[in-house]
Amino acid sequence: MLKDITIGQYIARESIIHSLDARMKIILTTILIIALFTINTFNGFGIFSIFILIVILLSKIPFVKVIKGLKPILFLILLTLLIHVFLTKGGTVLWSWRFLSIESEGVYTGFFMVSRIFILILFTSLLTLTTSPLQLTDGIEYVLSPLKRFGVPAAELSMMMTIALRFIPTLLEEAEKIMKAQQARGADFESGNIINRAKSLIPLLVPLFISAFRRADDLALAMESRCYRGGEGRTRLHQLEYRYYDFIALSIVLVLAVTVYFF
Amino acid sequence: MLIEVDNVTHIYNDENNVTALKDINLDIDKGEFIGIVGHTGSGKSTLVQLFNGLIIPSSGTVKVNSKNISSEKRNLKETRRHVGLVFQYPEHQLFEESVYKDIAFGPKNLGLDEAEIENRVKEVMELVGLGYSEFKDRSPFNLSGGQQRRVAIAGVLALKPEVLVLDEPSAGLDPQGRKRLADLLKYLYEKLDMTIILISHRMEEIAELASRVIVMHQGKIVLDGSPKEVFANEKKLHKLALDLPQITEILHRLKEKGLNLETEIFSISKASDEIIKALRSH
Ligand SMILES: Nc1ncnc2c1ncn2[C@@H]1O[C@H](COP(=O)(O)OP(=O)(O)O)[C@@H](O)[C@H]1O
Ligand SMILES: [Mg+2]
Repeated sequence: MLKDITIGQYIARESIIHSLDARMKIILTTILIIALFTINTFNGFGIFSIFILIVILLSKIPFVKVIKGLKPILFLILLTLLIHVFLTKGGTVLWSWRFLSIESEGVYTGFFMVSRIFILILFTSLLTLTTSPLQLTDGIEYVLSPLKRFGVPAAELSMMMTIALRFIPTLLEEAEKIMKAQQARGADFESGNIINRAKSLIPLLVPLFISAFRRADDLALAMESRCYRGGEGRTRLHQLEYRYYDFIALSIVLVLAVTVYFF
Repeated sequence: MLIEVDNVTHIYNDENNVTALKDINLDIDKGEFIGIVGHTGSGKSTLVQLFNGLIIPSSGTVKVNSKNISSEKRNLKETRRHVGLVFQYPEHQLFEESVYKDIAFGPKNLGLDEAEIENRVKEVMELVGLGYSEFKDRSPFNLSGGQQRRVAIAGVLALKPEVLVLDEPSAGLDPQGRKRLADLLKYLYEKLDMTIILISHRMEEIAELASRVIVMHQGKIVLDGSPKEVFANEKKLHKLALDLPQITEILHRLKEKGLNLETEIFSISKASDEIIKALRSH
């Protein structure tokens, strides 16, 4: 049951979108997000939506998978909508009851914000859906590397992310095992009020943390005994490499970002 | 019948959809000492988790004391009191600040009163060889690996189960720790009349302790019988990448070399008698 949680899930496919360079995809996503926040018309959102549709088709990722990724943020979106609809004032009054009122400006900004969040999430989830975690962390390291001059430990950050991603499934498996072992001793994780339920997590969390620390210790030792001395100057097995279609993608996105601005 | 497993198939619902158990039928009687052996991934751990309802089978039924536990989800606590399950590396589930509190976790969940809990903790600590006054206030995390495992086993024994199931309890223990564990299991079985189900990779352990051996392979039970019956199938076991107890293996080899002796022997002292006898008459 815990294993059903997928974080930043990657779906392996052979597509042009998958084979774009990870660095380029990060840069493209950043450009698109900046463009998204500079436009202020619905027309621009429309163009972005069409663009997203095309990218999904090209990536060969099932449409449902993309939509499923939106589920966790549905609450956030609904909340944003409600806050704007009820609290943003201006324009004509559409509906009012006692101290509550809905005004046209509120409805407009509400839907505007929600569309923006939707597109933002779609952009980022397309990035994680089509880029393997390892490539993604490599890409992030490259993109952050200019900041090394200012003391940002880009290599270490990306190593940390790689390790974290590697151990998420392991820890989930471990959590499931411990849960079963405590249930065998009569522990109950499912019923009771909130306080009882929080308390019932202690027999799960304490062993889980202990095992995580033990694993961390072991891993650090194993890395050190294989002469790991920080990320400086490390080469990698799979070199990232720009190819011609990376630049085609860049041109398309730049044109799109500028066009959208004029709509 | 204590445990009845009828036509059970279990498929793990994840991206791999592994069929861990295929059409298993198995009856376990009160007072049996069952040894389960099999290659890694043959379904042993999945099978024993059926016995206390931690896993509900994809199809088929599991009955404990004639109660079907594969359908009703409500009274699982009751089932778990009858069937105590000690997981692999049970010391990884310790979490309390003192040995006493950790062992008391199970009885507390059963809703017993303080006095009864204290009695039980005392009793099981003596059983597993941890002096009550010496160990009760110590943190379980400062104990040795072997002691930690005994605390964890005590934590399950404190539920006073009718059946004790242990999943590879001797993995990672030193020879002394294994001997201690074997002695404990023997005591529980012979003196306290508990029914015991033991998963192990060590054939010596199984041959020494079990009254019945079950061999699993790819989610199926392929051999089921007394140690003598099961270990007589030398070829079949080797084909499943399983060993005979070492001493039995030696007897088999000697017989191949032309020595006339009995091969269904699992203890070293009996085997040496048998070899001497065979050499004398040679
Ligand atoms: N929690 C689980 N989720 C998915 N698959 C599992 C899980 N536990 C075991 N399996 C799979 O089921 C099969 C049987 O595993 P298991 O019962 O643990 O065997 P054994 O204890 O004999 O090594 C294996 O192929 C294993 O990968
Ligand atoms: Mg196992």
